[in-house]
Amino acid sequence: MSMATDNKVQIEVSNNHTTTENNTTQKRVVYDTKNLNLWYSENHALKDINLEMKENEVTAIIGPSGCGKSTYIKTLNRMVELVPGVSTTGSIAYKGNNILDKAMNVEDLRTRVGMVFQKPNPFPKSIYENVAYGPKIHGIKKKALLDDIVEKSLRGAAIWDEVKDRLNENAYGLSGGQQQRICIARCLAIEPDVILMDEPTSALDPISTLKIEELIKELKQKYTIIIVTHNMQQAARISDRTVFMLNGEVVEFSETDQLFSNPKDKRTEDYITGRFG
Amino acid sequence: MENLEALHENNKMDARVRKNSIWKSIFFLSTLFGLVVLVVLIARVLFQGVSWIDLDFITARLSTNADRAGIMGAILGTVWVMLVVIPVTLIIGVGSAIYLELYSKKGIIRSFIEMNISNLAGVPSIVYGLLGLTVFVRLMDFGNVVLAGGLTLALLVLPILIVSAQEALRAVPGHLSEASYGMGATKWQTIRRIILPAAIPSILTGSILSLSRAIGETAPLTVLGIPALLIPFPGGLFDTFTALPMQIYYWTIDASLVAEYANLAAATIIVLLLILFILNSVAIIIRNKFQQRY
Ligand SMILES: Nc1ncnc2c1ncn2[C@@H]1O[C@H](COP(=O)(O)OP(=O)(O)O)[C@@H](O)[C@H]1O
Ligand SMILES: [Mg+2]
Repeated sequence: MSMATDNKVQIEVSNNHTTTENNTTQKRVVYDTKNLNLWYSENHALKDINLEMKENEVTAIIGPSGCGKSTYIKTLNRMVELVPGVSTTGSIAYKGNNILDKAMNVEDLRTRVGMVFQKPNPFPKSIYENVAYGPKIHGIKKKALLDDIVEKSLRGAAIWDEVKDRLNENAYGLSGGQQQRICIARCLAIEPDVILMDEPTSALDPISTLKIEELIKELKQKYTIIIVTHNMQQAARISDRTVFMLNGEVVEFSETDQLFSNPKDKRTEDYITGRFG
Repeated sequence: MENLEALHENNKMDARVRKNSIWKSIFFLSTLFGLVVLVVLIARVLFQGVSWIDLDFITARLSTNADRAGIMGAILGTVWVMLVVIPVTLIIGVGSAIYLELYSKKGIIRSFIEMNISNLAGVPSIVYGLLGLTVFVRLMDFGNVVLAGGLTLALLVLPILIVSAQEALRAVPGHLSEASYGMGATKWQTIRRIILPAAIPSILTGSILSLSRAIGETAPLTVLGIPALLIPFPGGLFDTFTALPMQIYYWTIDASLVAEYANLAAATIIVLLLILFILNSVAIIIRNKFQQRY
């Protein structure tokens, strides 16, 4: 562990002279993906991905179904490894440490990088136990401290007022949108630096979707957010930068306004104007 | 529209409806056959045995005198054997299921092991009796005691339990364990806190059902040389014992000597059936009570 911290400090220094946009203060690169290739057995799902993702920004990943969005985001916390037969080449530096390195401790990585999934997936436990799960597996046992974390996380996920009187009820009694915010709260409870979201609103109604989008804009103050979305309007509404992927490749990566108003690649233009996908 | 009318007029419709009702009756009769056999069996046993059941019959020691004979010894024997079977099968069975389903990599070796476990589940129980006789009674020199009987029956039901526990673990939705891994939980934490709690109701149901199979087994016990005429109650793992199915077996055989033994056997069958019925009900209650929504 101590070695990992040392590496982190080194990279922080080396990243200081990377250029950022003229109008904003310098932001650290959180994820630096270089020449990433990924195969599901024979299926070449990610091809030569090169991307830099910055601190306290929302990066949206868009593209047609099957283009590799989920695969890429799951590589960022190495969840993709749960699929047998996956192999990768290239590197992904997370704050300077190559997370694809076999020596990387995935449990540690996943504590710093939380994930919210497409379908709300609370545990079949009480609301309280759902949120307290992360802290508990990381060794926090004191009730008072857990109470604090649970409240703070639920407030952070903008759902405290709705559930504060029913913390001991099963999370399955909540609506889909509420369940998804419980999942976000559960993720906040491990105090990650980055939150990965894979189409977090695709199973939700428009009002719940809007609430989560509001929440994402707020979370951006404290967290780096990488969100996969099939919904281009959503990407335009909430993200700072957008990645457009096609057939496992990154076609275009730029500031969101730029990508939607003035795409450089013909394929991006075709996609955002609805000509395919 | 015209086509549709043609369809309605088509008298093939009637033929199809008729065919449907014929098949329905065939299926109904098949079900009925099973039911009738069951009712006849139970009726016969009840008729023969029910008047012999009273408190004395349950609590008394065994005796050659049919009027004084009781089955407390056999009940205690069965309980003692189960006290061996339950922990052994649960620990080894759930352990193997967790290893196979959650830790081992999919591949030839795993398929080979799984295929063998399924095959073991189909091995005749008398073969397990021979195994128990060779290993536990003779090689390990336990003699025909509770421990030998319990371990033999445990081996017998272990494959069934492993398969059902594996199914229970497999039925836990992947998105729950994903959520857990996603928060930095280790595999064991995920198994212990998410997968096992979700699977335990079905694991328990499966183990109770396999337990009830073990309770009714006779063949392996006869091979082990478990006696039936046994007056003292078993009180420990290394005591000789008899069990309910053994008692039924010997009383049925000896009915040619003493006619009342047939009634005693029937009465014991009723007790055994009651125990099995209670066990199965408990399994169903557990399943319904703990069934979780995911
Ligand atoms: N678990 C898996 N096993 C094998 N192939 C997969 C798996 N998941 C995704 N793929 C393949 O990887 C490619 C990208 O899929 P995915 O990342 O899910 O796309 P997206 O999220 O953009 O819809 C597809 O060709 C898909 O078939
Ligand atoms: Mg996807």
